[in-house]
Amino acid sequence: MTALLEVTELTTRFPMAGKEVPIVDALDFEVGRGEVLALVGESGSGKSMTALSLMRLVPKPGRVASGSVRLDGEELLNLPVRAMRRVRGAGVAMIFQEPMTSLNPVMRVGEQVVEAIRLHERVGRSAALDRCRRLFEQVGIPDAAERVHAYPHQLSGGLKQRVMIAMALSARPRLLIADEPTTALDVTVQAQILRLLRDIQEETDMSILLITHDLGIVNEIADRVAVLYAGRIVETAPRTALFENPMHPYTQGLLRSMPALALSGRRLPEIPGVVPSPSDWPTGCRFASRCSKVMAVCEGVLPEFRVQGPGHDVACYALQEAASRGEKKGVQQQEGAS
Amino acid sequence: MESHLISNGIVLVMLFGTAATIWAVRRSRLWSSAFVSLWHRRRLALLVTAVYVGVALLDSVAWVGGDSLGGDTVSLHEARSVIDRVFGGSQEKSYSAPLATTEFYGGRGLRYPGGHWLGTDMIGRDVFYLTLKGARVALLIGGLTSLIAIPLALLFGISAGYFGGRIDDVVFFLMTTLASMPGLLLLIALIMVMGKSTLAVCVALAVTGWVGFCRVSRGETLKLRELEFVSAARALGVSEFQILTRHILPNLMHLVIITFVLMFSGLVLSEAILSWLGIGVDGSWGQMIDQARNELSRDPIVWWNIAASGAALFGLILAVNFVGDALRDVLDPRTVKDEK
Amino acid sequence: MGAYVIRRLGYGAIVVFGVLFLLFILFFTVTSPDDIARKALGERVPPAVVEQWKINHGYDKPLFPAPGQWADNMLVEHYRRMLTFDFGRSDADDTPILERIRKGMGPSLALTIPLFVLSLLVAIPLALLVAFFRETYIDRAGVILAVLAMSVSVLLYIIGAQYLVGKVLHWFPISGFDSNPQVVVRFLALPIMIGVANGLGGDIRFYRTVFLEESNTDYVRTARAKGCGEVRIMSRHVFRNSLIPLLTRIVVAIPFLFTGSLLLESFFGIPGLGAITVDAIQGNDFSVLRTMVYIGSLLFVVGQILTDLSYALVDPRVRLE
Ligand SMILES: Nc1ncnc2c1ncn2[C@@H]1O[C@H](COP(=O)(O)OP(=O)(O)OP(=O)(O)O)[C@@H](O)[C@H]1O
Ligand code: SF4
Ligand SMILES: [Mg+2]
Repeated sequence: MTALLEVTELTTRFPMAGKEVPIVDALDFEVGRGEVLALVGESGSGKSMTALSLMRLVPKPGRVASGSVRLDGEELLNLPVRAMRRVRGAGVAMIFQEPMTSLNPVMRVGEQVVEAIRLHERVGRSAALDRCRRLFEQVGIPDAAERVHAYPHQLSGGLKQRVMIAMALSARPRLLIADEPTTALDVTVQAQILRLLRDIQEETDMSILLITHDLGIVNEIADRVAVLYAGRIVETAPRTALFENPMHPYTQGLLRSMPALALSGRRLPEIPGVVPSPSDWPTGCRFASRCSKVMAVCEGVLPEFRVQGPGHDVACYALQEAASRGEKKGVQQQEGAS
Repeated sequence: MESHLISNGIVLVMLFGTAATIWAVRRSRLWSSAFVSLWHRRRLALLVTAVYVGVALLDSVAWVGGDSLGGDTVSLHEARSVIDRVFGGSQEKSYSAPLATTEFYGGRGLRYPGGHWLGTDMIGRDVFYLTLKGARVALLIGGLTSLIAIPLALLFGISAGYFGGRIDDVVFFLMTTLASMPGLLLLIALIMVMGKSTLAVCVALAVTGWVGFCRVSRGETLKLRELEFVSAARALGVSEFQILTRHILPNLMHLVIITFVLMFSGLVLSEAILSWLGIGVDGSWGQMIDQARNELSRDPIVWWNIAASGAALFGLILAVNFVGDALRDVLDPRTVKDEK
Repeated sequence: MGAYVIRRLGYGAIVVFGVLFLLFILFFTVTSPDDIARKALGERVPPAVVEQWKINHGYDKPLFPAPGQWADNMLVEHYRRMLTFDFGRSDADDTPILERIRKGMGPSLALTIPLFVLSLLVAIPLALLVAFFRETYIDRAGVILAVLAMSVSVLLYIIGAQYLVGKVLHWFPISGFDSNPQVVVRFLALPIMIGVANGLGGDIRFYRTVFLEESNTDYVRTARAKGCGEVRIMSRHVFRNSLIPLLTRIVVAIPFLFTGSLLLESFFGIPGLGAITVDAIQGNDFSVLRTMVYIGSLLFVVGQILTDLSYALVDPRVRLE
């Protein structure tokens, strides 16, 4: 059986300084059935854009330029608009980074969930409202029966995010994209929401693409991890493999200060240097300006993915050099010197 | 009164000001890139605006003496502008149609047959000449008013936003009070009590117009005051005056420019209404339009007067509106996304 | 709620006091009662005649309060008269002002109410349409047309339309008014159409900006992500949220319906408040002008309070307290 979501060569471009810059650049990844894939990366690395590209909700003037997104084998990128609308919510649902602004302020929250239900199923208003109440209970909203009549501003951030989750679950999606669902919340609330996501995932066996800054969260609930740097995936690996044996210099940098990350809720640790901005990305490896292992080849062409272990792919010249060790050492030093 | 000397002086100051602005803009990357992109987006509108400004300037440089045009000896002792000298000497006795060789009513021969591109008005003045002269009036209205309103608004807005407290209360009350008075009615009342004159019209327009900009600059100052570089400057012991002039004011400049351009067209249009109510500025296009009301009910109708002044007015406002729109997009990043 | 309304009314009262003070400055000090008398009587009348005129028109007290005259002066008198709607008689023709205002309100409303309703009905759907087609040629064309329409002076609209419709096409009478509703429709049709056309450009642009701002919000993205179609997003999510900024512009305009339209009324011979104001300008009638500014301001303050209260209707976040 194929994976639930197969993404190949996904590229999203934004016009910037006179050219169309690939903010998301030729991404390849899969999300298996019942799997939680974590997409990690620094702020601005393109995580949210990746998620929006999957949903075909990239804000103008950006556009998904090329690639393929298959859900259960069905290509989403060339689906007619109407069919795509049915996929949104029912096939792939999404919860956002900002629960404060992601709900319509002038509609009761119940009404908003009811709308989501009735967009995908022919049910009456009161039946939908009943289901909304049950969803609210499922996501742990206290006093669900009354809370359906509340307006967003009457709920706390954590409750709003629970409403968002209830809304996302309402049409029983196969894939849930959670874009930093806890970033805007207090630490204690963060843990509750994460536990809720994991419980729901176990109950419903749906797949989750979890986007986050936070390696603590990754360690808690991810099955596999994809590391994003400047619009490119640099390493994908099963969780344990990634934490025990990170291979890409960027991932290693991230994990070096892992002890401090034992407390969940910390942002990714600082690596010296700054992320280059999309409009002046180098032609070679985008991490080159901050990499301690940088070599001459790195600055030429983007490194390609190589399998480095079971399910463990890395795009880095240093590893490829190491693999073909020994006899080329002299050449490497020469190149390094030039 | 040697008013033409004052006028010449103002032109000189304006030219120096423009040169200084260009110099300052070229030194700042932000501003020069803004103007380059403005030039790319609104070339035509900018050129049209420049033509209007050019005509107005030519009409503002005046001197006494030179040839007496049209054999009019009185004119020898009056200061006449470049425009007066080139286009002003072809007086007729009454209406004539564009490029006509005879008078419109009665058919007597003209002194300058075929010499009036846009015809002549009731007392025989060349309509093309009058239309050109309107440019100076329009720019005077917009410019003088802005010159009064913008510094006033900046002064009140910045002090209210920066110092807060009592000052803010007073300014806010003043703004609310003025904003509560219906604009056109207040405008009329002001001109009526001050007596009809160009200055009165501009002062009245400034008094009714400054409130909006004052509100914007107050809000922006409130925001700037909280920014780190301002608190840092304050912590370093930089004086309040220096903070205001070095940090707050320069960061309001883009709003000043946008407001000036957006306000300009409103002012000129308001003057047209005032002219129609009989309290406008002499020689404005509004007045020409006003006179044309009766001309349209004549038989056969006289259309060139209103056509010329209406088109001149429309052209200027349109060009300025287009420039203003683009300018807002270029200089105010908040609205860039929506307006593109 | 009650406390809020009272506080709001209190602030409104303070603003009205401020407006009255400004009017006093303008109409009693910048132009003094002597100036007004001379404007009415001519420059060369003897001082005694001026004094008599001032007595007749109630301008005969000292301007400012002074010891012994705390209550008996023009400033206090001005506040008293304005606040009790005792507007007195016209400086120019001695007619009672309140009476004229009462008579003028009907014709003004007959013009402005249909004009107002029609403007909303035309501009809002058009703006929704333009916003719906954002970033397409329809949108761009709409914006350019709006700027074009905004750049034409009202005078040209009026003169042009009056000439075209009234004289060339002979559809409607050019000017006049009638108390018979069936007849008056024919008189009002043209000014109403011109009024709508004149405001359309600016209105569409304003509404479009509001709609676009709301379309770029996170909750619209959420609605898209759950599978909402664009039409539904516009009508249910964007429009409902846009009502909040729209109200500011709309509710505030309602009180002004009473003051009529200066230009349209005098152009089309509609005997409303706008026409009265224009007569006052031409006749140097300061008392009428002063009263009109006051009434306009009063209505504006009322409009502001109504706007604030109406927010509570459309925005659940607003609690009036
Ligand atoms: N509307 C836009 N127009 C142009 N560029 C954009 C736009 N939105 C985002 N970008 C650019 O796309 C890049 C990726 O943005 P994205 O929001 O996907 O980052 P992210 O990884 O989600 O970061 P964060 O952790 O802060 O949410 C950023 O460099 C940003 O500058
Ligand atoms: S490819 Fe080169 S620069 Fe990039 S991470 Fe590997 S070693 Fe560093
Ligand atoms: Mg993001």
